[in-house]
Amino acid sequence: MADKLLDAKGLNCPLPILKAKKAINEVSPGGTLEVLATDPGAVADFQAFCRQTGNELVEHSVADGVYRFLIKRAA
Amino acid sequence: MTASNGAQNNAKSMSIIVTKGTLDWAYPPFILATTAAAMDVKVSMFFTFYGLPLLKKKLDLQISPLGKPDMAMPMMGMHMKMPNVVAMLPGVNAAATTMMKNLIKKKGVASIEELREVAVEAEIELIACQMTMDLFEYEKSDMIDGIKLGGAATYMENALKSDINLFI
Repeated sequence: MADKLLDAKGLNCPLPILKAKKAINEVSPGGTLEVLATDPGAVADFQAFCRQTGNELVEHSVADGVYRFLIKRAA
Repeated sequence: MTASNGAQNNAKSMSIIVTKGTLDWAYPPFILATTAAAMDVKVSMFFTFYGLPLLKKKLDLQISPLGKPDMAMPMMGMHMKMPNVVAMLPGVNAAATTMMKNLIKKKGVASIEELREVAVEAEIELIACQMTMDLFEYEKSDMIDGIKLGGAATYMENALKSDINLFI
């Protein structure tokens, strides 16, 4: 289980990223954030976001039109 | 989301000149600025000419289909473009604005008010062009709190040390 869950379903670019940024700051360093989104653009965007911010995209998957991202906050 | 966070692990910076204040043109600068801030980029936005009213306390953004042959709105299963001769009629701007705002809400797109709030929270530097303030007779009290006033030299100083400079 992630330390924090962010439900960004139904939100469009750039809201999932903006809300994820806020949420990851509420997780302690090394902790994890799970993000749920329905924006297909979120896949490329979360990869870019993590590469740039140093937070680790541990895994991402899609099921029934919902994208799930597990992000580990940079220590 | 804090700017200090960005300063520590990433020295990248971006400046944006915001020159347009219609509902459609307000999106690119605010989307890029807030996303950049979320990616630890230090952002500065310079609001000039018709972009300046985007700093007003109360926003009332409009869109106009006049002179926009590229503006195709989804309607009744297709994309409708509006001939200028129709777009010039009274009430068309208001109708197009309502339609755009409904689409924005329906598709989960952030409002400009929402993005601006994030920009303020993320400590993005918001600079109002002093000359435009004088030209169009605005007072600093008409604008949201926390903005700075500046001119071309202020912008240039920012731009010269920024990694990315955009004019929108």
